[in-house]
Amino acid sequence: MSTTGFLTDSTLCIGCKACEVACKEWNQIAEDGFEWSGNSYDNTQALGHSTWRHVKFVENTPEIGIGGNSGEQLPAWSFSSDVCKHCENAGCLEACPTGAIVRMEFGAVYVQPDVCNGCSYCVVSCPFGVVQRNEEDGRAFKCTFCSDRQRAGLKPACAQACPTESIKFGQLDELRVEAQGRLKELEARGVNDAVVYDAKDTSVGGIHAFFLLRGDPRTYNLPPQPEVPTTYLKKGWTSAAIAAGSMLALTLLSFLGERR
Amino acid sequence: MSNVANRIPDFESERRLAEIRSKASQSGPLTAKGIVPVGAPFPQANPQNGYYGVPLLKEPQWKPEIPLYFFVGGAAGAAAVVASTANWISRDRELVRSARWLAAAGGPISAALLTKDLGVPSRFLNMLRVFKAQSPMSVGAWTLSAFSSFAAASAFANLMQDKFPGVPISFLENTSGLLAAATGTVMSSYTGVLIGATVIPVWNNHVGTLPMHFAASGMNSAVSILELMGHDNSRALNLLGLAASAYETTEGVVIETEQSRVNKPLKQGASGWTVRIGGLLSGPLPLALRLVYSVTGNKKIRRAAAISSIAGSLLTRFGWLSAGRASARDASLPLQANELDDVRPAIRS
Repeated sequence: MSTTGFLTDSTLCIGCKACEVACKEWNQIAEDGFEWSGNSYDNTQALGHSTWRHVKFVENTPEIGIGGNSGEQLPAWSFSSDVCKHCENAGCLEACPTGAIVRMEFGAVYVQPDVCNGCSYCVVSCPFGVVQRNEEDGRAFKCTFCSDRQRAGLKPACAQACPTESIKFGQLDELRVEAQGRLKELEARGVNDAVVYDAKDTSVGGIHAFFLLRGDPRTYNLPPQPEVPTTYLKKGWTSAAIAAGSMLALTLLSFLGERR
Repeated sequence: MSNVANRIPDFESERRLAEIRSKASQSGPLTAKGIVPVGAPFPQANPQNGYYGVPLLKEPQWKPEIPLYFFVGGAAGAAAVVASTANWISRDRELVRSARWLAAAGGPISAALLTKDLGVPSRFLNMLRVFKAQSPMSVGAWTLSAFSSFAAASAFANLMQDKFPGVPISFLENTSGLLAAATGTVMSSYTGVLIGATVIPVWNNHVGTLPMHFAASGMNSAVSILELMGHDNSRALNLLGLAASAYETTEGVVIETEQSRVNKPLKQGASGWTVRIGGLLSGPLPLALRLVYSVTGNKKIRRAAAISSIAGSLLTRFGWLSAGRASARDASLPLQANELDDVRPAIRS
């Protein structure tokens, strides 16, 4: 099977949260608390063990005239449905000591719940802060890319439910072409602050769920330079080797010194 | 009856409506900014603080068992190094035996602590279904398993030799002891790689020094525990303690003088004070006490140095863990990777 992907086109998102609901329904995920965040109309706040799709509500200064508002009080909204990025070089997958996190045949990064042992090392290895341990259950959970649906030839639940095709599901390489076309189309219409967020030039090496959005991606909590933590290994093990050598040498010297 | 118009008008509110209308007709359209709701101004999403300041990274979810394990595993690993070196060079058989037992006891205690963090005990076995060199957690699980076996074997052989002097099992003690020492150096230092090779800014910023820091801390506590076990005559242990606390002192100076926003959790707040007090107790204080002991030979002072080192080593691990949590909570850190230049590699427009 070839590599599939998500292109989440925020310029089409209407913030209906149907993707969140469809995801929860298909994957049978528990509720994530009923708390008022005070952050726009978003009380979910972030992805986590019980939130695999999350619609962000970014409030912008309105452009006066567009949408008929006066520019006095009402903010303009940008919505964007966030999801696990299914990185090309996935920090969680590299860090997992049990081999519970695997790469599926269509490129998804999948946590096998029957193998995960709850060490939570993947949690501190995800540069996007996606995967999280469910403290009640003890194991880590995140988006499965609806691997079960994909194997049955169906779209992931979120893409299926999206009423505006903001969440596009398809072949990853085709989606990348489509995103560039969409950028040009938007530019022709006068929308010139749209960008594609794809983390291709970092150690992450590209993401299978990428985004088209307006403005600075940092506003949507998308890191400008996500790094796979394996990039720190060489420095770390070098230090550990020096530490080991010093321990042996100093212990030897101390006991030799004692004899003199 | 329902058709009968028998409702009493709300005279007061209709009078108010008429008043507003007459006022408006005099002053023209109102330009009020509207009602300011409770809680306003609301948080805003922006490039500096990200999405309403909601942390981008997830906090480490390790329970207190993990920093405790860092301490126990570090001390046990260093004890194995002391045991084998003493066995080779020193004539102090009692010291060899205590160090062997300290190393051997550390294995099962470490495993118990790790297993407790996992919740379901049998889940620890999942660690041993694969070996992944790229995962410090996997390397650590295998190292702990190997270390525990070697340390236990060498302690057992040591016991047998003393109980049954005729039995020639010194070969077993020497070999397993050597293997325990080799894996012990990894036990003491790998935990620095484990937390250094993560996305947590304050940890990965120190990936080059954490393994050495933790190894020195492990040696410091191993030496101190052995001294408190009664080996306070050993000059070698005092020398090792001096070396370890000297290293910890320089490490403390480096941490205190680093000028970077990333290092804030090491200096400020609860995590900062834990790291700082841990550093003082394992660095300058025992260093000074040990120097005084070297001159005066006062064993009370040496024991004070040992207790201070153990407490400091323990606090250091807890401090680094809570610094990691504070670092993950700082929403702006992962967003300012390249604040200074305009090229944002992740964005292709």
